[in-house]
Amino acid sequence: MKTEIEKPARPIHDSEDYLEQAIQAEYKYGFVTDIEADEAPKGLNENIIRFISAKKNEPAWMLEWRLKAFAHWQKMKEPNWANIKYDPIDYQDIKYYSAPKQKIKPGSLDEIDPELRKTFEKLGISLDEQKRLTGVAVDAVVDSVSIGTTFKAQLGELGIIFCSISEAIQEHPELIKEYLSTVVPITDNYFSALNAAVFTDGSFVYIPKGVRCPMELSTYFRINAENTGQFERTLIIADEGSYVSYLEGCTAPMRDENQLHAAVVELVAMKDAEIKYSTVQNWYPGDKNGVGGIYNFVTKRGICKGDNSKISWTQVETGSSITWKYPSVILKGDNSVGEFYSVAVTNNYQQADTGTKMMHLGKNTKSRIVSKGISAGFSNNSYRGLVQVNKNASNARNFSQCDSLLLGDKCGAHTFPYIEVKNSSSMVEHEATTSKIGEDQLFYCNQRGMDTETAVALIINGFAKEVMNQLPMEFAVEAQKLLAISLEGSVG
Amino acid sequence: MDTTTYIKEQFEQLQSADSGSGLSAKRQDAFAAFSTMGIPTTRHEEWKYTRIGGFFNKSFEIGASKQIDIDAYRLPGHEVANELVFVNGQYAQDLSTIRSAELNVVALEDALTNEYAEIVNKHFNHSAQYLKDGINALNTAFVTKGAVFIAVKRGKIVSHPVYIYNITDGQVLALPRTLVHLGENAQIQIVETFANVGNAESLTNQVMEIVVERDAILDYVKIQNEHAQASQVSTTHIRQTGKSLANAVTISLNGAIVRNNTNVVMEDAYCEAHLYGLYYPKGNTLIDNHTVVDNAQPNCYSNELYKGMLDENGTGVFNGKIFVRQPAQKTNAFQSNKNVLLSDTASVNTKPQLEIFADDVKCSHGCTVGKLDEEGLFYLQSRGVPERTAKAMLLHGFAGDVIEKIKIGVIREYVDGLVSERLGYEA
Repeated sequence: MKTEIEKPARPIHDSEDYLEQAIQAEYKYGFVTDIEADEAPKGLNENIIRFISAKKNEPAWMLEWRLKAFAHWQKMKEPNWANIKYDPIDYQDIKYYSAPKQKIKPGSLDEIDPELRKTFEKLGISLDEQKRLTGVAVDAVVDSVSIGTTFKAQLGELGIIFCSISEAIQEHPELIKEYLSTVVPITDNYFSALNAAVFTDGSFVYIPKGVRCPMELSTYFRINAENTGQFERTLIIADEGSYVSYLEGCTAPMRDENQLHAAVVELVAMKDAEIKYSTVQNWYPGDKNGVGGIYNFVTKRGICKGDNSKISWTQVETGSSITWKYPSVILKGDNSVGEFYSVAVTNNYQQADTGTKMMHLGKNTKSRIVSKGISAGFSNNSYRGLVQVNKNASNARNFSQCDSLLLGDKCGAHTFPYIEVKNSSSMVEHEATTSKIGEDQLFYCNQRGMDTETAVALIINGFAKEVMNQLPMEFAVEAQKLLAISLEGSVG
Repeated sequence: MDTTTYIKEQFEQLQSADSGSGLSAKRQDAFAAFSTMGIPTTRHEEWKYTRIGGFFNKSFEIGASKQIDIDAYRLPGHEVANELVFVNGQYAQDLSTIRSAELNVVALEDALTNEYAEIVNKHFNHSAQYLKDGINALNTAFVTKGAVFIAVKRGKIVSHPVYIYNITDGQVLALPRTLVHLGENAQIQIVETFANVGNAESLTNQVMEIVVERDAILDYVKIQNEHAQASQVSTTHIRQTGKSLANAVTISLNGAIVRNNTNVVMEDAYCEAHLYGLYYPKGNTLIDNHTVVDNAQPNCYSNELYKGMLDENGTGVFNGKIFVRQPAQKTNAFQSNKNVLLSDTASVNTKPQLEIFADDVKCSHGCTVGKLDEEGLFYLQSRGVPERTAKAMLLHGFAGDVIEKIKIGVIREYVDGLVSERLGYEA
């Protein structure tokens, strides 16, 4: 009989080298694709905006709208209230337009530059319509422009419009005119005004009345070129009684400089409509000394315009050296529902200031906020949220929970929840906790024969589970892997 | 003449009349700070929901001492208490009574030149590090002979509670200033209250700094029940420099704008602090509680419970900050803010805020806004209690959580009486 117990490869309690490993884990999307790009010179002025507009062959009203936004932006001051620190951004040292050089407009996806195609294969994204198994329609945006949208025809049969926003400006100007900047006005904030002036592409979705979109729609954003900023704008309209689930993913190459990403996302949900918006944000976070990485300044807002509508934001934020992002919901229709589920992970010198705003205007509106912050290394992770119940929002209901987990004693976790209630029939609850992984929890797992590595992964997964459960299947797997890479074993 | 010019003139007068004393330089610095920071507007994060600027558009005087009849304002139990009276921000020695030999009350100005000089220099104006706005600086800029230093020496227990009255008479800006020093192992009970002679509009901008040394125990109660034209910014800055205990209860019932800055700075390991607050605005009253608990050293414990009942057009503001600095491992910090809205025109803005830099901590905060529990109401009504009474009973219980933390029996009963009367509750 064999009595000798096999020695584990690593002593169970020695998580030190494991920690090393995890921290050293390389950003695996950090490669650069060598494609010729069509670029605008560095700098920001009216001519650049005219240049972008001309490149996109935009109608005059669009250019006017951009110039208006630019004029307003020039009068604005960069906000400094967020709990983040960074060197001032030189807005004149950025290229505002960069497009992979290819045939003016690919007739079909087969005509896409093979280099680009390879990039997306490397990122694990199928641009190939043949791979129907994945069942996700993808719009891929590289640097400034959309390079292709899959499953277009099939969606078209249902009357669903899923294309790049530049295309929508050309082909569906009436929808753009009606909805663009109605949720995030160009004057909303510094970064949204900048975006309005210089945005180059993004996705556009329109779901007609009563249609339930049969597949997940997805956009994949990729910053490739050097010295560029990426400014995309996404607009999703769900007409009466429709449903859509939308996914967004982002990566960027590893560079020593900080690149700027300032996006705007607008969602409009009409009566009885539902929009589910999921993000896995994995921009390059900078190296372990905090050099490089993406500055991610994003304005995301949805409006539940009609009664009984619902907007749900789910986000997994693991990348970017700075994240400044507050996906919000304006609950205007009666009985409308807003949800926000977030896992924000920061490691090394990353800084995240993220959260949500729930503005209750209609009667019987409900909102739910679940935010999980995980900080490791020297990072700082802040939750900043606003729950506002207006006078007429009778019986409004909100529940917020924001939990923080600290892995290591050099990082910080912060909570800034603002709660403003002006209606006596409403109920608002908020709770927050901050803790580390309990030694008793670890001990319990160890004692059941689990090594520390697995135990930490298990506990973190459990901590984030409430949010992960909200992600569509396709994303959940990727997100869990990301969590594993960014964090596991950061507990010493 | 606008107020800023008036303040400047008054300041120059004050400085030229007294340029030699130790306070003069401190005033000069504070006035410079005031001039830079100005009166906070709602763009100032700490004043987001509270407009104090309006008061400074009106004409008023910086308070001078007056003779008043203190009997009308005395708190129950005053027969066995030390009483310190401030009229229009100036300490009125003739109205004050000191019964305990352990209690040393001297003018701050004198304390700068006698045995207390070191203490005063070390601790005076520590609150400015936490309150970066013109209001705090304004108080320091006008610190005069009327400011008081209270010392309790090592190992002394002040045998009678200390009642502090801040009384305004006329349309004035009162700027009372106190520094309290509790030596090692000392104990003190302080009850502070605010009152007005007549119905004139007034603003009391008060700063009390309390230093709690090793093993000392502080019990502090603040009762705010001025008339509806009287505003106040009341700062209680507790600095725990040794392993010590601090209890603070703030009861805010009436006034125009009532703003409290309650800070607890824990500079040593094993400090403990309990902060309780009850705010019950009606009419157009705005009650704003800003609290800071700053943990700089390990093994500290703090617990905070603030409860609000908001009636008529009343507004409640709560901002609770908890800082846990990197060395402050094993900190336990809890905070809870509960609000009941009693009318459709009442509102509440709350922001419980945690900033944590240490990992081995237990910190949590909770916050609720809602209406009275309908099941509780129904239960009482089903037992034959009329709705009005049932509501009063429930609210009395709600407020009781805070009121019961007042340790001095007569004061607890007095506050309970004030709240019960407002609620129409009879025990």
